[in-house]
Amino acid sequence: MFPATRHSAVLGTRSADPAERNRAWETLIAAYWKPVYKYTRLQWQASAEDAQDLTQAFFARALEKGYFDSYDPGRSRFRTFLRVCLEGFLANEHKAALRQKRGGEVLFVPLDFEGAEGELRQQEIPDGVTTEELFRREWVRSLFGMAVDQLRAECEARGRQVHFHLFERYDLEESGLSYDDLAVQFGIPITSVTNYLAVARREFRRIVLDRIREISGSEEEFRAEARAVLGVDPA
Amino acid sequence: MKWLSDKTVERLRQVAELPDLSGTKYRLLEELGRGGMGTVYLAEDAELERCVALKVLQGPEVGPEAAERLLREARIMARLEHPGIVPIHDVGRLPDGRVFYVMKRVRGRRLDRHLEATASLADRLRIFTRICETVAFAHAQGAIHRDLKPDNILVGEFGEVLIMDWGVAKLLDSAEPAVRTPAPAASAGTVDGVVVGTPDYMAPEQARGEIARVDRRSDVYALGAILERLGGESLPRPLAAICRKALAPEPSGRYPGAAELGSDVSRFLDRLSVTAYRENAFERSARWVSRNRTAVLLVAAYLLARLLLFLLRPPAR
Repeated sequence: MFPATRHSAVLGTRSADPAERNRAWETLIAAYWKPVYKYTRLQWQASAEDAQDLTQAFFARALEKGYFDSYDPGRSRFRTFLRVCLEGFLANEHKAALRQKRGGEVLFVPLDFEGAEGELRQQEIPDGVTTEELFRREWVRSLFGMAVDQLRAECEARGRQVHFHLFERYDLEESGLSYDDLAVQFGIPITSVTNYLAVARREFRRIVLDRIREISGSEEEFRAEARAVLGVDPA
Repeated sequence: MKWLSDKTVERLRQVAELPDLSGTKYRLLEELGRGGMGTVYLAEDAELERCVALKVLQGPEVGPEAAERLLREARIMARLEHPGIVPIHDVGRLPDGRVFYVMKRVRGRRLDRHLEATASLADRLRIFTRICETVAFAHAQGAIHRDLKPDNILVGEFGEVLIMDWGVAKLLDSAEPAVRTPAPAASAGTVDGVVVGTPDYMAPEQARGEIARVDRRSDVYALGAILERLGGESLPRPLAAICRKALAPEPSGRYPGAAELGSDVSRFLDRLSVTAYRENAFERSARWVSRNRTAVLLVAAYLLARLLLFLLRPPAR
């Protein structure tokens, strides 16, 4: 039975309950807006301003026209389906060059386009990357970024700041510090460094899996994505 | 949200992939290697205070079928108590759902790498006979390896042989159907439903997917391919004949098992006649001379001395 612990936002977009529907859309937009934006900028060579408009318009149109209603979990991954929808949308927009028509199609979810532009400036896109791969990479980056934010928030809420700071220093910043160095720096025994890092990593994995579950359309898709992203077969 | 570089994303992926050993008595130390089905880590058994090797399912292709395959591998290895087969200590499931098993930590080089450093044919053949002994033991216990190749054989510091990777092994006395696995890229030539192997070492009946015909002689074929590789380019005739017999296209043309193959190679090492090769009178004589070199030399020296004494005798008056 899917979903097991969290609601699938993909299925939630078809809910009869408006609150549930809104929550589902917010989840999907949070997970996908950045890959959509960057994909539009990089693959379609859209200007920052156009890409912002197109990203807003894509989700607004999807919401209005029910783009995702026809999604069939048995046929493809939701990520692939969304990218194909986006391709079709961008092709139509490009063909008609109807930017004016997009006027007014603004989402009520604030999106940090400035931040996304800053990220693009730091990124190097290797040659020969397929459109599917480009979209997947941005999707994973966005997914991990949200998971790191959630991990930070959860650690702070539970008084586990040291856990997060160790995770940040060792796994995020690649500071080159050893467990011994971290033990000295944080004034804790090395066994605590090992244990705290293990806890933070376990929580990070849990959050990532929860997020994947949330934006998958079926149990099979969830497992396939979990295997593709983390190499684990969730229990 | 903080921007994550490609390097950081990859690092996080690896970090999330690390087995979560909380709630177990094992502590992760380092990665030892990756195979098609799983990753082997060096871990510490905190209770017994010893290092062990811990194999965990890994990779994008893992699923319930792969988990079952890993457990079967552990069960088969546990059943085969032999110095040439790594002992299994424990099996279980990690909190993240992945199946793992714990085995003795072994040290050694892969057979192909070991051979690069072993010049003498006789030394190589001695190692081969040990491989045959281990496979023969498994055969006697009703297990067929089905993926014998140099990558799956370790040679220890003292020449001891360890046969690894029993993931696609078949138990002859088991009613359990052959494990069906998706064919990896390296297994070209297999058909749907075939237990995979490695093309260069796979018996024809195995490559054709004739699961019911796969038996001990399929392992003999793989051993023949290993022997051919191990022997080098110019094999002595009897050894070439042993290879040909082990590599016969039809199972009926091969040795019935690893024991018989190993025995023929041992006979070759002892300069005895081998069952796979009918030698002519000259070859038989040459082999006899080679085998009895000391006696032949003594007799020759005696005869030479007698001849010299005869030639140098003082003339008769």
